Amino acid sequence: MIAATGLRKSFGGNVVLDGIDLDIAEGSIFSMLGPNGAGKTTTVRILSTLVRPDAGQVSIAGHDLITQPHAVRAVIGVTGQFSAVDNLLTGEENLALMAGLLRLDRRHRRTRVARLLDQFELTEAAGKPVSTYSGGMRRRLDLAMTLVGRPRVIFLDEPTTGLDPRSRRAMWDRIRDLAAAGITIFLTTQYLEEADRLADRIVVLDHGSIVAQGTAEELKRRVPGGHIRLQFGDIAGLAAAEQVLETTGRDDDTLALQVPYDGDVRSLRALLDRLGTAAVEIESLSVHTPDLDDVFLALTGRSATLEVS
Amino acid sequence: MTSLSHAVNDSALMLGRNLRHTLRNPSTLFGSLLVPIILILVFVYILGGAFTAGGEYVDYIAPGGLVLTMGYGVASTAIAVANDMADGIIARFRTMAISRAAVLTGHVVGSSLRTVVCVALVIGVLLIMGFRPSAGFAEWLGVAGVVVMMALATSWLTVAFGLAAKTVEGASFATFPLVFLPFISSAFAPTNTMPAAVRWFTDNQPFTPVIETLRGLLIGTPIGDSWIWAVIWCALMAFGGYFWARALFNR
Repeated sequence: MIAATGLRKSFGGNVVLDGIDLDIAEGSIFSMLGPNGAGKTTTVRILSTLVRPDAGQVSIAGHDLITQPHAVRAVIGVTGQFSAVDNLLTGEENLALMAGLLRLDRRHRRTRVARLLDQFELTEAAGKPVSTYSGGMRRRLDLAMTLVGRPRVIFLDEPTTGLDPRSRRAMWDRIRDLAAAGITIFLTTQYLEEADRLADRIVVLDHGSIVAQGTAEELKRRVPGGHIRLQFGDIAGLAAAEQVLETTGRDDDTLALQVPYDGDVRSLRALLDRLGTAAVEIESLSVHTPDLDDVFLALTGRSATLEVS
Repeated sequence: MTSLSHAVNDSALMLGRNLRHTLRNPSTLFGSLLVPIILILVFVYILGGAFTAGGEYVDYIAPGGLVLTMGYGVASTAIAVANDMADGIIARFRTMAISRAAVLTGHVVGSSLRTVVCVALVIGVLLIMGFRPSAGFAEWLGVAGVVVMMALATSWLTVAFGLAAKTVEGASFATFPLVFLPFISSAFAPTNTMPAAVRWFTDNQPFTPVIETLRGLLIGTPIGDSWIWAVIWCALMAFGGYFWARALFNR
């Protein structure tokens, strides 16, 4: 549905995208992960015809991005990082404006707008100016406006940034529904959990280059992030445990040891047996399976969650 | 539908959006009316007694007051466009398969309509203040023509200002010449009372020929070639603003 090769862009000598290839299947959820400044938003701006790439070939739904931008615009919808809604109009007027601009058949405009209001739980607030809406309502309206024209590809640039956990989950459900209806989703996010839950395919972008790609499972398999964290009551216990275990990390401040762990229950039991034989008391134990944060850290040398603020 | 009827349909929708904005946010309209009216009152009732511009002073400054009103009227357009840019709604429109010019045309026509309404209201205030124009029907048509021409020209310019500005405050500052230049013109005093250097500037800046043309139409002073210069300046502002705005929009 989206095919890009050798996408490059620099702003004033500063290379933002350094040769990106993408191949996104129709009806799939594709997620681009990366720290701030990695080039995610620039990629979305290029693919949505807002910015011209310096080099590279892109085709969206069979239309060339450079030579047929109007045809590309007819099949895409964009919901940006900051809601692009008209604050002085009501929710209903915002949707009606989209319906008019997209030249929907006049007879169907009203029903289309009413259905979208209903679908996005905005019917009650339909007549109120958008300036009175909450953050979650604005995002819902933004996405509803994007859907008025029945796009085949939707770009969601950090659609849940700044939303509370409940609104975020609700947005995830909507995104899944859209993909189930055959719409191709291009999602950028800083939330690894978001990509993990939603995406069929993930690429990790860093400094304008793709540093890894695959499914969430494939990416997790690439990093040895699984471990058990053991915490002890005193330094003596910590030292005794270190004698009998193969550790990969020791933290004297929190009296904790890190032990590699492959997820097998038998190796966990063996570990506890060994500590029992050595008569070492454990204060607490936590199992850590690799998540995308480990992938991120391993690939970019930075923690994604630290980049969020 | 043809692409022309698409452009008309899209522009009409954008104009509707624009007029809704004006009605929902009337303080902007009042603000752009209040300042010129206060300035006219100050000039006529506080400073006016000291002037002898030949005849009643309110008659002399009426055309300048109208040009001032237009300056303040279109200045709010730059802010509205900059707000649209900041809100991201222009980015949304740019990713849609709609007429590229419609967003800008909607702003320009909306701005011009607002400005013409402001000018009509200020004419009413001037009449209450004792302004007695000698214009007949043909002259009033001429006044309307000059006002519309000037409003369209300066609106294109302010739309470009709004698109070029990095911030809403920047857009507001960019319109400063439009509200300030009328003061350095023949609006409030004849240019032959001014020092030579100032006079050269006032005689050759865009607002003076527009003011002189309006004055001639309203109270029958000689127009000479002022109307030609008024048309040339307006055409320059309109085309300059149009091509600049279009380049910025398609950037």
